[in-house]
Amino acid sequence: MSSDLDVFVGNTTLIDEEVYRLWLDGHSVAEAVARRLRGGVLEREGTSVAVLQSDTRDHYRTFQMLERLLHAPPRLLQQLLFQIPPERQALLIQRYYAFDEALARELLGKKLSKGTKKELDEVSARTGVGIRSCRRQFDNFKRVFKAVEELRGPLAENIQQLFLLPPALARDYAAIVFFANSRFETGKRRLQFLSFADFAACAQSLMGHWSQGALAPEAAEPDGDLPKSFLQDLKELKVLVADKDLLDQHKSLVCSALRGKISVHNELEANFKALSRALVNVGGKLTHARDVRDFFVDLVEKVIEPCRSDKWSPGDLRLFLTHYTAAPRNLPGFRHQALWERYMAAISACLLRMYHD
Amino acid sequence: MGTMRTVPDFSVVRSGHEVQIPEQVSVPWQGLHRAVSRAPTIPGPAPAGRGGAAPRMRSGAAAAPRHRRGGAAAAAPAGAAGGGGGRRGRKKMPGKLKVKIVAGRHLPVMDRASDLTDAFVEVKFGNTTFKTDVYPKSLNPQWNSEWFKFEVDDEELQDEPLQITVLDHDTYSANDAIGKVYIDIDPLLYSEAATVISGWFPIYDTIHGIRGEINVVVKVDLFNDLNRFRQSSCGVKFFCTTSIPKCYRAVVIHGFVEELVVNEDPEYQWIDRIRTPRASNEARQRLISLMSGELQRKIGLKVLEMRGNAVVGYLQCFDLEGESGLVVRAIGTACTLDKLSNTSAFLPACNSPSKEMKESPLVHPPSHGCRSTHNSPIHTATGSRLTQNFSVSVPTLIYTGMGSGSAGKEGGPFKTLLRQQTQSALEQREFPFFTLTTFPPGFLLHVGGVVSARSVKLLDRIHNPDEPETRDAWWAEIRQEIKSHAKALGCHAVVGYSESTSICEEVCILSASGTAAVLNPRFLQDGTMEGCLEQRIEEASPPGCGFCHIPYDELNMPFPAHLTYCYNCRKQKVPDVLFTTIDLPVEAIVVGKGCLIQARLCRLKKKAQAEANATSISNLLPFMEYEVHTQLMNKLKLRGMNALFGLRIQITVGENMLMGLASATGVYLAALPTPGGIQIAGKTPNDGTYEQHISHMQKKINDTIAKNKELYEINPPELPEEIIGSPIPEPRQRSRLLRSQSESSDEVTELDLSHGKKDAFVLEIDDTDAMEDVHSLLTDVPPPSGFYSCNTEIMPGINNWTPEIQMFTAVRVSRLSNINPTNQTLNKNFNDLCENLLKSLYFKLRSMVPCCLCHVNFTVALPEDELVQIAVTAVAITYDKNQALQANKAPTEKSQQRASTDNEEQLQFPLELCSDPLSSQPFSPAKEVLEGASSHTGIPAAQRDRCNSWIELIKLKAQTIRRGSIKTTTSLEKASPLAEGYLRHRSVPSCTNSTVSVVKMTPLSFLPGAKITKYLGIINMFFIRETTSLREEGGVSGFLHAFIAEVFAMVRAHVAALGGNAVVSYIMKQCVFMENPNKNQAQCLINVSGDAVIFVRESELEMLPVQPSAAAPQHTSSAGDVTT
Repeated sequence: MSSDLDVFVGNTTLIDEEVYRLWLDGHSVAEAVARRLRGGVLEREGTSVAVLQSDTRDHYRTFQMLERLLHAPPRLLQQLLFQIPPERQALLIQRYYAFDEALARELLGKKLSKGTKKELDEVSARTGVGIRSCRRQFDNFKRVFKAVEELRGPLAENIQQLFLLPPALARDYAAIVFFANSRFETGKRRLQFLSFADFAACAQSLMGHWSQGALAPEAAEPDGDLPKSFLQDLKELKVLVADKDLLDQHKSLVCSALRGKISVHNELEANFKALSRALVNVGGKLTHARDVRDFFVDLVEKVIEPCRSDKWSPGDLRLFLTHYTAAPRNLPGFRHQALWERYMAAISACLLRMYHD
Repeated sequence: MGTMRTVPDFSVVRSGHEVQIPEQVSVPWQGLHRAVSRAPTIPGPAPAGRGGAAPRMRSGAAAAPRHRRGGAAAAAPAGAAGGGGGRRGRKKMPGKLKVKIVAGRHLPVMDRASDLTDAFVEVKFGNTTFKTDVYPKSLNPQWNSEWFKFEVDDEELQDEPLQITVLDHDTYSANDAIGKVYIDIDPLLYSEAATVISGWFPIYDTIHGIRGEINVVVKVDLFNDLNRFRQSSCGVKFFCTTSIPKCYRAVVIHGFVEELVVNEDPEYQWIDRIRTPRASNEARQRLISLMSGELQRKIGLKVLEMRGNAVVGYLQCFDLEGESGLVVRAIGTACTLDKLSNTSAFLPACNSPSKEMKESPLVHPPSHGCRSTHNSPIHTATGSRLTQNFSVSVPTLIYTGMGSGSAGKEGGPFKTLLRQQTQSALEQREFPFFTLTTFPPGFLLHVGGVVSARSVKLLDRIHNPDEPETRDAWWAEIRQEIKSHAKALGCHAVVGYSESTSICEEVCILSASGTAAVLNPRFLQDGTMEGCLEQRIEEASPPGCGFCHIPYDELNMPFPAHLTYCYNCRKQKVPDVLFTTIDLPVEAIVVGKGCLIQARLCRLKKKAQAEANATSISNLLPFMEYEVHTQLMNKLKLRGMNALFGLRIQITVGENMLMGLASATGVYLAALPTPGGIQIAGKTPNDGTYEQHISHMQKKINDTIAKNKELYEINPPELPEEIIGSPIPEPRQRSRLLRSQSESSDEVTELDLSHGKKDAFVLEIDDTDAMEDVHSLLTDVPPPSGFYSCNTEIMPGINNWTPEIQMFTAVRVSRLSNINPTNQTLNKNFNDLCENLLKSLYFKLRSMVPCCLCHVNFTVALPEDELVQIAVTAVAITYDKNQALQANKAPTEKSQQRASTDNEEQLQFPLELCSDPLSSQPFSPAKEVLEGASSHTGIPAAQRDRCNSWIELIKLKAQTIRRGSIKTTTSLEKASPLAEGYLRHRSVPSCTNSTVSVVKMTPLSFLPGAKITKYLGIINMFFIRETTSLREEGGVSGFLHAFIAEVFAMVRAHVAALGGNAVVSYIMKQCVFMENPNKNQAQCLINVSGDAVIFVRESELEMLPVQPSAAAPQHTSSAGDVTT
C-alpha cells in the first residue's frame, strides 16, 4: 500500500533545522533521509523509515514554497500563507543567505553573470560545496547585487534593510557586491593567500573611507561605485613621487621618525622610493576601470611582496604606514593633506589586513 | 457463566422500495424550488440572478418560506408566491453597508511586457457593483477609494457575502480577473461582535491560489429596530463551540434547531459544458456562500421563534450529491445567553454549587456493593419508516453498558419526579436533541448510552419540484428513530448529537448519533424550577458519578445488561461499561489518564447499481456496526478502561467497499466497575500446537493489559471484599463476545483463564479471521513516551497545559493495491494506514514533548476505487511534566483525579473573571500594537542602529501589526505611475513595516492559559482549488499542501480583520480531493468553520484590571483611520 498523497500542515509552520540545513546544502529527499538515518534519529525516536521520508518530504515542500518568499525577505514577514514566529523567520533568512566563504572567495570580483554560473561546476569541485548549493548561493549574490546596485546610501545598510540580514552578514554581502561591481581581480596566483575575510575587510575599508557616503550621507551615487571625483583627485597625489624634492623630504621625515623603532630600517631606506611610488601610483591608476581591476594585484606585488621578502614584521609595516601617512603634513607646498589621509587610511587598512602569509 | 449473545437479530425491514420517478423537469435550471426566498422589494425581478451567484436560482418567483412542521402550507406553487417574501410587511433598507478599498500588495504580474499590473477592484453586494479607479503599473496599488455604500435590507445582509474582485485592466481585451475575496459580514450584524472588518485579505483564485493581498475596510450601519423585520434574524449569535461559550451564561437552553437548503450544483449543470471549470468553481463557491448565509438566517429565525438569542454547537455541512444537487444543512442548539458583564455578581452564584458538587460524593456513605458483571451491551433496534423514495432503514445498535437491577432507595422518588418534569419540559419539543458536548454543571443528570441510526438512501436523479422536502423527510425519519432509541433507554433527551452523510455515486448513507441522557429541567425552561428541584437533584445524584447512574427503569429492561452499584456512591446502579458521544464531564472522577481508541474496519462490497447496491450496503451495515463495537470493546478492555467519551463512528461508502472508523477517548471512571481481562478461547482444543499458540496469545494480551494499566496510570483503589461481595443474583458472570461471522460455531469450549476473581471477556478464535483480529488488537502501538492522545476536548488526567499549541491538518491518500483484496488484507491495510499516520504525527511533533494530541479527528473518504483518504485535524498541547508529577503525588487525590481540575474554570460555566474593564470595552490586543505601530512605521535609521540585534529589529517589525497600518511612504508612488522604477534609485522602499499578527487556531473551545474575552462571530468558509498543471505544482502532495496552507491563511486573515487573535472550535468539515493524473489535473474542496475570538493571556489578564478603563480607545475606528 503506497501513499500517493501525504501532507502535514501546521497552523504554525514547522521548521526542522536539521532538514533545513540538508535542503540548503542541496541534498535530494533521498539523500536527506539517508543522512538523517545516519544521524540516528530512528533510534532516538523509535520511528520508521517511512515516517522519516514523509517528514522530510513535508519539510522540503514547505521550504520550496518558502523559497520564493526568501528571495525577498520582507515579504516573508508580510506574507499570510505561513505563520512563522519572528525568531524562526530570522533563522530562515539567515541560514538561507549564509554562504560558504570558500565559494564566495572564488566568485569575488567575478561578474555575476550566466557565464559565471556555468562555471560553478568547477567551483563546486574545487570548494567541495554541492553544486545545487553553489547555484543557490550564486543566485543569492546576484539577487542582492541586483537589488542594491542602483541604490544610494551605505551598501551594508541597504542590504540589511532589503534582506533583513544580521549586520555582519550584510557587511559581507556588501563586500561581495563591491567586488562584483568594481570587478577587482582576486583570482591571480599571488593573491591566493588572501581569504574571503581579508577581502571583505578590505572592501569595508575602501567603502568606509573612499565612498561618497563616508563624507556626505545624502550622496548621489551608490556606495558600490567609488566616487569618480575622488578617484580623479587622486592623480594630484602623484606629486609626492613625481616631485623629487618632495619625495626626498618625505623619505627623510619618515626614516628619521622611524629610526630605532623598526627592525628593518635599512631596508626601508633602500626601498622607500619604490614603496612610495607603488603606494601613490596604485591610487593614480584608479580612474581607469582596467587598472582598478589590478588594485589588489598591485598592492601585493609592489608593496606586500617586497616587504615580505625584506622580512618586515606586521608591526613594522604598521609603524611605517602611520608615519608615511602623517609625514606629508610637514611637507612644504603639499596641499592635499585631507585627500592624502583619506586615501591612505583605506590603503593602510587594506595592507595591514593583507599582510600575512 | 458468560452471557451468550449470538448475533443480534438484524431483521432489516425494507420498506418503501418504490423508487419514484418524478416528472421530467422542463427548465433545466429550475431545480429545486427551495432555493432562495427573496425579498420582493428588490428592484426588478433580477432575471440574470443576484450577485451573479444564482443565475440558476429562481429569484423571481421567490419560494415561500417553509413551514415544514408548523402545519402551514408547505410549498407554495412556484411562481405564485411572487410576493410571498413580504408576508410580514417588510420595509426595505434597514441598513447601510460601507466598503472602502485601501490598497493591494504583492499582486501578480499580469502584463508580461512591463512586468506590472494595472489593477482595479470591483465591489459587489447583492446586485450592486462599484468599481475603483485603475491604479496603473503597480504591483502594490494604493486605491484609497471612497466609501462605497450599499443600501440593503437585513435579509440581504445575512444571506449575501461581500464579493471583492481584483482585476487587471486591459484596454484592448477583456479584463483579467486576478482573484477574489469573499467577506461574510454577518459578524457585523450583532452588537457584541465586531464593529468593523479591516485588514489584509489574501486574494484568492481557484486556479492560482493566493495572489497577493488586498486591504479592505467594511462597516455596517443598522438603522432600525431589527425585531420588526422578522424575515431576518439579525442579532442571533452563532457559535461552533459545543459548550456554553466562555463569558456567557446560559439562561435557557431551548434545544434543537435544524434547517437545510437545496440547490443544483453548478458543476453539474448543462451550462458547464460551455464554460470553463474555473467559472464553474467560482459559481459554486459563490452559491455555497450564499446558501450558508441563507441557512444561517433561517436557523436564526427559528431561534427567535423559540425566543432564544443564540445557536451553540452550530454544525453546518454540505452534501455534494453530484447530479442530484447540493444540500447545505445545519443543526445546532438554540439558547438564550447572557453576556457575563459583571463578575462579582456571578462568582458566588455559580461557584458554590460546583464546589458542593465536587465534595458531595465524599459525603455519601458507601452503601451496598455489588458484584461486577459483564455483558455485551448491545441493543438491537429496528426502525424503518415508509418514504416515497427508496430507503433502507438500518437496524441500529444502541451502545450502552446499562441494564437493570433494583434502584437505590433514595434515588427512586426523585428520579421519578425529575423524569416527569424533564419530560414535560422536553415533550413540547419535536426533537429533544442537543448538539452540545459539554454542559453547565448540573445540567446533565444521567447518561444512558450511545444511540445511533443510519439509513441508506438512493439519491433521486431528477429533481421533483413537487417533492422539495425529501431530504427533510429523510432526516426527520432518522431523528425519530434516534428519539425512540433514547426513549428505550429511559432517556428523554439526546446530547452530543450530530449528523453526517457519506455519498458514493447515487447512494447516500445518512447517519445520526448522540448520547441518550436525562437532563435537569431547570435549564430548559425560563427560570421556572430554579431552586426548588435543584437541591434535591444534587442530593440524589452526586455529580462525580451521578451521570453514570442508569436513567433507566430497571424493571422494564428491553435488553439484558449487567449492573452494579456505583463504585463511588454505592447508592445507584451503574453499568459495567459506558459509551458516550459527549466530552468527559468536568466533575467526573477518573482514574489515571485517557487515551485515543480507534476501531477500524473494511468490508468488501460488490459493485452494484441503484437498489441492489443500496440493499447490499444496508445488509452490510449491521455487521459493520457490530464489529466496530466489538473492536471498541476489546480495545477498551485491553487498556483496562471502562468508558468511552466522544465516540464518533464514521461509515464511509465507496464503489466496492465500506469502511468504518470509530474514534473515542477511553477512560477509567471510578464509578464503574473494574473491567475484566480478555480471554481467548480456541475452537479446536485437541490440537496441541494450537493450544500452545492460544496460550501464547493469551499471555501477550495479559501483558498488554498490564502494560497499558501502567502506561495510563490506572490504579483504582482496591475495594474491601465485603463491599464487592454483596451479590445481585446473576446467573452468569462472564460474557462471551462472539464475532459476527461465527454464527455457526455451535460447539464451544470454555476456558477459564480468568485472572483472579475478575470477570473477563472471552474472545473466541474460531477461524483464521478471528486470529487476525486478535493480532490486530495487539498491533495498536501505544504513543511514544511523552505523548498522549484523545479525541475529546480535554485529556483526562492531565491538567497543567502550557500555552504552547500547534493545530495541524494531515491528509493521506493511499492506494489499496491488492489484486484480490479480502476483508482481512483490507483491514490490515487500513489499520496500518491509520497507525502510520499517527506515528508520523508523533514524530512531527516530537519537539513539543511532553504533549497531548487533543481533539484528534479522523475523517475517511473513498474518493475512488482502491483509494482511501484520511484527513486528521487535531491540536498538540504541551503540558508541564513537573507539575503533572506533583499533582499525581498529591496524597489526598492519590490516583483519583477530576477530569481536569485546572481546566474546570475554562470548561465549566463561565464563572469568573470577565472583569469590568474587559467586558465592557471592545478590547482588542491589536490596539496597543497599533498605537505602537504608528510610532514604528518607517523605523528611522538611527533607531534601527540602536537595535541591539537584528533579531530585535525583525521582532519589532513583526510587532507592527498589519491592521490598517499601511506604509506611510506612499505619496510618491501615488503621484507617479512610474514610481516603482523611480523608487529604485531613490532609496530603499520602506515597505517592510507592516507584518502579520499571529492568529491561533484550535479545534478546542478554549486556549490553555488564556481567557476568551470576546466572541467575534462564526467563521464558515468554503474553498475550491483546481489545477491543470499538477506536476508543475509538486504533484498531488504539493497541490494539497499549498491549498491547506492557503485555507489556514484565509481563515487567519478573516479573524485578524475582525480584530481577533484566535479561532476556537475549528473544524475541517470537508476535504474532497479528486485527481486525474493522466490529464495532469486535480481539484479539491475544503470547508472549514470555527469561532473567531479575542483572547488574553492569563498572565496579562492579571495586570489588566489595574489599568484605568480609559486606556482603551475604540480600536476599531482608529484602525480605519490609520489606513487613510
